[in-house]
Amino acid sequence: MIKLTMPIADEDIRNLKVGDTVLLNGIMLTGRDAVHKWMIDTFIDKKRSPEGDDQEVYDAIKPLLEGGVIYHCGPVVAGLDTGEYKFVAAGPTTSIREEPYQGKVMAHFNAKGVIGKGGMGAKTLAACQEVPCVYFHAIGGAATLIAQSVKKVLGVHKMDFGVPEAIWVLEVEDFPVVVTMDSHGASIHQDVEQSSKAVFEKLVA
Amino acid sequence: MENLTEHFLELVRLTATDLPPDVESALRKAHTTEEDGSAAKGALETILKNVEMAREKSTPICQDTGTPLFYVHYPASMSTIALRKQIRDAVAMATEKAYLRPNAVDSITGKNTGDNLGDEHYPTIHFEESEGDELVVELMLKGGGCENVGAQYKLPNTELGAGRDLDGVRKVVLDAVNTAQGKGCSPGILGVAIGGDRGSSFLASKEALLKQLDEKNEDAALAEFEETVFEQANELGIGPMGFGGETTVLGVKAKSTHRLPASFFVSVSYMCWAYRRRKMVVKNGEVVYS
Repeated sequence: MIKLTMPIADEDIRNLKVGDTVLLNGIMLTGRDAVHKWMIDTFIDKKRSPEGDDQEVYDAIKPLLEGGVIYHCGPVVAGLDTGEYKFVAAGPTTSIREEPYQGKVMAHFNAKGVIGKGGMGAKTLAACQEVPCVYFHAIGGAATLIAQSVKKVLGVHKMDFGVPEAIWVLEVEDFPVVVTMDSHGASIHQDVEQSSKAVFEKLVA
Repeated sequence: MENLTEHFLELVRLTATDLPPDVESALRKAHTTEEDGSAAKGALETILKNVEMAREKSTPICQDTGTPLFYVHYPASMSTIALRKQIRDAVAMATEKAYLRPNAVDSITGKNTGDNLGDEHYPTIHFEESEGDELVVELMLKGGGCENVGAQYKLPNTELGAGRDLDGVRKVVLDAVNTAQGKGCSPGILGVAIGGDRGSSFLASKEALLKQLDEKNEDAALAEFEETVFEQANELGIGPMGFGGETTVLGVKAKSTHRLPASFFVSVSYMCWAYRRRKMVVKNGEVVYS
């Protein structure tokens, strides 16, 4: 078991190989569909100008993403009425929806990892090699268990995106993940897809 | 009629936090078949630990508490207007208590209603009047990850060499599993509908999922079909979470429905391992959950 604390150094990322189990510690941010689209449209491709609190949120998250980790997660949160937030259930969501955006986001912020489920495609794998960064797989559906690793909710941005889509700033302890795409071009998802395709072709022949 | 809101709330809590025994037992069996030290076995270990913890803490098994799908079989003496209101109230209460995540998003504005109450289709409530004086309500919570990998095919399918027969159905269903890989949170359960129009076919594919995993299909041809697809889907080796392994699906449930001569649809509803479905029966003022 490898322990890593955010911000993570490039050297530590290069040492990771697919199949490694890792416990993550420190600060991470959640971000999924709405957040990725917002980052790309407003600050990376600049298709729209920052409005409202856009710039303020960007300035707040930018230092946390330098060497940091983005978690594809739309949590169940208690304490919404009091503001004393607590993560009740917080497993990963399907990552492939962010495939058009992820590589650019990782490069822009120099983020070192993305956590999700189901793996990602060729564009993200290429970004993993270049940035460098890795894809960490959490166990889909294991939401109550994973929520135990979230020690504290430090804050939340973009609540107008809704609870699942907001940017939650988390302090985590021993957050369990498996590296399934590394910075050397290896992807468990690509391998399994190739081997299952061969079996499938025989079964339908 | 009696106000059943509190009981509907309990049905939602139970469904979101406590995995049904047949599903848990299938997961335990899968755990024993995976190789020691493999990522597949590790994933199932985590899954089983999570199931126990969610039950103990009464918190959601999965944070995607899904689309609430209610199947209500009501006696003639009950009003569906009253039942709908009580169910909707219970869903909002369950959201406030964090048994459910606020999931109802306006498709045009992108705004989340915050209480899981959307238009007349959200939550989805199917009403069916039944004989006798029992009220039977089944609830299925279906997450978005697995719903997204569902698929509908039209036979014949030239690309897959799938004709208008059960062997053709087998081929397209295997294609759906192979395309899904681990993205629907495998090991999954397949609800397969054969026939219908596009709408009724998808509806039937979800109804097929209401059956118990160990319940044998009454139709001999479909029973054999389920068994074959179960074995072959597992041969694909996609494994839990798509990590590779012995267990790609936990079960296959099929249902056939009449079709037009011109159409032959096959619909696959993929259910994640977190197969949350529960039932409540109300009779003579007594409520039993299972």
